[in-house]
Amino acid sequence: MQKKILKQFIEFGIARSIIVLFVIVLFILAILKDMQIAELISDSLARIGRNGILVLALLPGVRGGIGLNFGLPLGIICGLIGMLVGMEFDWTGLSGFVSALSIAGGLGVLAGWGYGVLLNKVKGQEMMVGTYVGFSIVSFMCLLWLLLPFSNPKLIWALGGKGLRVTISLADYYPKILDDFLSFSIFNVTIPFGSLLFFVLFCFFVSLFFRSRWGRAIAATGANAQFAKANGINPNQTRVWSAVLSTVLAAIGIVVYNQSFGFVQLYTAPLLMAFPIIACLLIGGAEVGRATITHVILGTVIFQTLLTIALPVTSAFIGGDISETARIIISNGIILYALAGVKGKTA
Amino acid sequence: MSLVLELKNISKSYNGNPVLKGISFALQKGEVRAVIGENGAGKSTLMNIIFGMPVIHQSGGFEGECLIDGHVVNFQKPQHAMAAGLGMVHQEFMLIPGLKVSENIKLNREPLSSKSFNRFLPGKLKVIDNEQIHKDSLKALQKVGMDLDPDQLIKGLSVGHLQFIEIAREVDHQNLKVLVFDEPTAVLTESEASQLLNTIRHLAKDLGIAVLFISHRLDEVKEIADTVTVLRDGELIGNYRCEDLDKKEMARLMVGRAVNIRRDQEQESPNARQNIMTLKNFSVRMPGENLQDIDLEIKQGEILGIGGLAGQGKLGLANGIAGLMPASGNVIFEGQAFSLNDPKQALQNGLGFLSEDRKQTGLLLDESITHNICFTASHVLGRFQNRFGLFDQKQGKEWAQKMIKDFDIRCTGPEQHTRRLSGGNQQKVCLARVITANPKLLFVSEPTRGVDIGAKKIILDFLRSLNQQGVTVVLTSSELSELRVLCDRIAIVASGKISEILLPEDSDERFGLAMAA
Repeated sequence: MQKKILKQFIEFGIARSIIVLFVIVLFILAILKDMQIAELISDSLARIGRNGILVLALLPGVRGGIGLNFGLPLGIICGLIGMLVGMEFDWTGLSGFVSALSIAGGLGVLAGWGYGVLLNKVKGQEMMVGTYVGFSIVSFMCLLWLLLPFSNPKLIWALGGKGLRVTISLADYYPKILDDFLSFSIFNVTIPFGSLLFFVLFCFFVSLFFRSRWGRAIAATGANAQFAKANGINPNQTRVWSAVLSTVLAAIGIVVYNQSFGFVQLYTAPLLMAFPIIACLLIGGAEVGRATITHVILGTVIFQTLLTIALPVTSAFIGGDISETARIIISNGIILYALAGVKGKTA
Repeated sequence: MSLVLELKNISKSYNGNPVLKGISFALQKGEVRAVIGENGAGKSTLMNIIFGMPVIHQSGGFEGECLIDGHVVNFQKPQHAMAAGLGMVHQEFMLIPGLKVSENIKLNREPLSSKSFNRFLPGKLKVIDNEQIHKDSLKALQKVGMDLDPDQLIKGLSVGHLQFIEIAREVDHQNLKVLVFDEPTAVLTESEASQLLNTIRHLAKDLGIAVLFISHRLDEVKEIADTVTVLRDGELIGNYRCEDLDKKEMARLMVGRAVNIRRDQEQESPNARQNIMTLKNFSVRMPGENLQDIDLEIKQGEILGIGGLAGQGKLGLANGIAGLMPASGNVIFEGQAFSLNDPKQALQNGLGFLSEDRKQTGLLLDESITHNICFTASHVLGRFQNRFGLFDQKQGKEWAQKMIKDFDIRCTGPEQHTRRLSGGNQQKVCLARVITANPKLLFVSEPTRGVDIGAKKIILDFLRSLNQQGVTVVLTSSELSELRVLCDRIAIVASGKISEILLPEDSDERFGLAMAA
């Protein structure tokens, strides 16, 4: 019996189990401290809906054999441009949101294609190169945000300045358009129905995609490129597709993220975004070469809940705010843990 | 006679599943004992017990006694077993390519220099005596009958050489008493294999080392072993003197049913048939297996054998046609020009290809048997799709179940990942995948390499019945006996050319000469 429990524990992954236990302990502490549990849960749910699609964006990369997509900021930039274009023309509400998604998706295809071609030239180094692609594009865009001919006064610096602001409010456009869609409350917990639904729908589409011939070709390439080639698949092509898919999902993901967050953040904001997202997937139990929809959902739920409740609980006990530090330690630590090849199930 | 190794009533179970039941035998000085059995019969587990591999202790140890020189031993680590005089020659080579032959032979046992300053250096920093390494390894190489410069790098040596260096490394142990060979000839050509057998005989008879010889090739067992231990499903079927058994009897004891692989009589001369594929000036660039400007006609409905020694180019043909290795030349398939270097086109035109490299090219190791079997047909022909264009689990599973039954694939079910299957069963999955796509012309390379005799029979029988249904088969194999049993014609490849096309009835000398070319 003891052995069985231990075995289950190991299969679930020791790191993951510790983190889940930690979350539970935090909840107990929060109850002991008489904190607003309903509010904490509402915040957690909002964060889950906000980050879900970004985490999902990593899946095609892992499946397709390009590893964890550290080049996520590339897709994020595409999403930001998509939003800004619509905002420049004062497209608000649903039309603004949909236009942002479509422009973001279109740019994502182009950028992802180029990214995929680049990754084909550096096989085996995808994660390292991806990280630098992310850093480079963010820095490059820091210039462009200043130079692009945006003129809507809501977007550019006040008092006739030039260039886009660092943080732009979505209040006049489509704040929480998804979060508020059909949202409801039970036991004082607000359910951001639209965002969660959107996340679940995308998970569903992606899982269907990987049951199609196209998706299975991508997955086969990731599992064994030589096998794929022997079955008439061009591995270079499928690797490009997986980069495109990942980039497009990242672009859509940031639009969803920002509508919930309420602001568009430019300049260096996307720089380190890939890291906590990757940590999400890894906490869910994924490995560099293996990830499933379950990993995506589980990871998003565990990690986002942890971030939400760690902040108020720790500050209630310690007095200071160590949540940001904790976030960085946990997210980078879990990436290191996964990259070092510590495995749960397959070991 | 002195007993060096004795096993008494060894039993072992994993999680309550018995894998070995009451195995006993004794090994004398200078004796060669063959241990034979199908894959999964328990041979590897038995060796793991003798060597005290960690996997045994982690899973609760074993029952029974293991004696060396009359003393009961229970090794906790393989290093202890080696110190006690046991040695093992692995199936996969464990040599470091960037080091010299001599450095590999003496690795981790390097003699230390006798220079005076060496005394002052702490343990691991002591200087090594390179001259002694050279001398020792030369001696070890001579013992195994190998004329090789010990200063050469491992990199670039042939597979045959590597095997002998592995043996030399074990022989270099001063107190070597028992040497275990785990399918040593699986990767060797026939001439290398016979040299290896001579070496084993020399080690046993002249140096008095007891040998445990694990092999699937019964010819070799018959040739070299004094005694034979037969295992089946973890049970000891018996210990026999080798001269009391013939090959048929051995095979029967191993599988528990008579194995009979024989060729049917030819009805029609293959030369009278039409060509299904014609190759002109066909060249393939495949590292170690180049083909240069060959001409070849493949007849409709025949089984064409491609034989030859390793490294001569016989594997290049199938890989070139399948589009996995860059090829050039003129190829006509069913009267139409055939586009080379296009694997997809090849598959769509009705070609099938079973690669010699099972794990790298043949399988998705972390996917289910169902996905593996259905992959080619689903991807190339669009089968196993439901009306939304998605993979149809139910249809795929049904088909996989049928294949599992037809090929007798030993597994826990169609959902099992192929990584967990034994070599023979993996090969059956590969073959099932290839034929699910209904090929008209099937290229099969080394289908029985590393496969036990039961699976081998199923695979070869299946190829013949496929051929009787009208599929043309091109069978590439290093086992000449297999080619002669199955094929209508056998093309022998030597130095990247086809040296001769022979009939299976032709004499051994003609085959030998063609291979040497």
